[in-house]
Amino acid sequence: MEYYLNTPISDEDIRKLKVGDIVYLSGIIVTARDAAHNRALSILNSGKQLPIDLRGLAVYHCGPVVDKRNGEWVIVVAGPTTSTRMDALEYDFIEKTGVKMVIGKGGMGNRTVEACKKFGAVYTIFTGGAAVLAAKGMKRVLDVHWLDLGVPEALWVIEVDKFGPLMVTIDSHGNNFYDSINKEVYRRLREEIYPKIGVKA
Amino acid sequence: MAMDLASKIEDATVMLIKAASIYLPLDVKNALIKARDLEVNTLAKAQLEAIIKNCELAEAEGKPICQDTGLISFYVSIGDDFPIKSKLIDILNKATIRATKEIPLRPNAVDVLSGKNSGDNTGRYIPSIDWELIPNSGEVKITVFPKGGGSEGPCIAKVILPTEGLKYAKKLVLDAVADAGAKPCPPTVVGVGLGGTIDLAVKLAKKSLLRPIGVRSEIEEIAKLEEELIELVNSLGIGPHGVGGKTTVLDVHVDCAHRHPASYAVAVLFNCWAVRRSTMTIDSKGNVNFITHEFMNKFWR
Repeated sequence: MEYYLNTPISDEDIRKLKVGDIVYLSGIIVTARDAAHNRALSILNSGKQLPIDLRGLAVYHCGPVVDKRNGEWVIVVAGPTTSTRMDALEYDFIEKTGVKMVIGKGGMGNRTVEACKKFGAVYTIFTGGAAVLAAKGMKRVLDVHWLDLGVPEALWVIEVDKFGPLMVTIDSHGNNFYDSINKEVYRRLREEIYPKIGVKA
Repeated sequence: MAMDLASKIEDATVMLIKAASIYLPLDVKNALIKARDLEVNTLAKAQLEAIIKNCELAEAEGKPICQDTGLISFYVSIGDDFPIKSKLIDILNKATIRATKEIPLRPNAVDVLSGKNSGDNTGRYIPSIDWELIPNSGEVKITVFPKGGGSEGPCIAKVILPTEGLKYAKKLVLDAVADAGAKPCPPTVVGVGLGGTIDLAVKLAKKSLLRPIGVRSEIEEIAKLEEELIELVNSLGIGPHGVGGKTTVLDVHVDCAHRHPASYAVAVLFNCWAVRRSTMTIDSKGNVNFITHEFMNKFWR
């Protein structure tokens, strides 16, 4: 199925998404990588507020190439980064910020699956490395926070228009698309390939 | 004269970085197109279509292929008679800073201790420079090889027992690819280094990534090993971006060195599908020749 969603994304929108579905997202997304996840959680844990309310929005694992033209920030290219680096932090991040969608690449693990199920969120992937294509769906930079972390790690607040195709790989019903692929990969490795090269698991 | 040559090298290096960041080498493009044409899994085919379309857009708009414009490495082969030698370090640094602004590139050089981004892609030992000497030559050959962070994560280096030998080296490669899954942006190119001291194994693995796709090792047995590994790895079914499919690697390149009797070093390095490398030569008169990106010669005078 193909869906066109807008932020803020409703709980109802999220619950209808299943792994393998394609989403095009319009509205506001906010980039955050390792350092931004850490900082966001330490701010929230100390009872303070983030510079932007993330409820209903999407967090994008991305460190863009940006340029400043006539005093305005411009996104040059902005594809996804490897999501596993944020895996250990995402449960808390989803719970405490109220984001409805996590966008990245490479897949995420069980704790994130659990968070998506419990708090009603999804994890979607955009083609890794396809940074020019990704930037096509971005209209403008609305704001940037935490530039002291460096350009890649800052919180870039971006207005998007039909940003995608984003493939749902973790839905809010406990399914993880990559689990089934990985299971088969390791089965082939152990049962078919190890005997061919004469080694044991 | 020397000053003139230095500024020519700097200008040409900025163009070299630009070529690498925006235009995939022809062998890589062709390998991606071949992978797409062979693919029957619709999800995998869609990933490859997106990759190919992205590369076309990058070229048309003159933008970097990927937002991760990499940590910059240079491979310099310098002729005995080339007039500028150690000054190249300063020249390559300056070119990196200029390229970061002019293309632009993402600043990716982070201080290990403070976590502070230098902002210009230079820092301690960065850009890294690998040196080789060429006898009886008045030329310098410079390759730039920006490498993204995602394909660094799953890289491994390990010393196995000599009694375990080659079959366990193969196992390490296959395990590394399976563990890497979708993380290094497959279809990847895998570089394998066997033997030597462990740092040499890593270096050989890294340098083998510079070899064009489809070119086999000059050592016959290693060439066979490469073919075997390509087939085995692609039978894992990870596929483009891990969605399943036929092509998990575009190529596997292996190189080897004599080892210590008591050790057998194995290094497995990944490069994402965006294998960005660009090579030029410059002679002592300052004549520049872009080799991997020949069309750049048109823009150069």
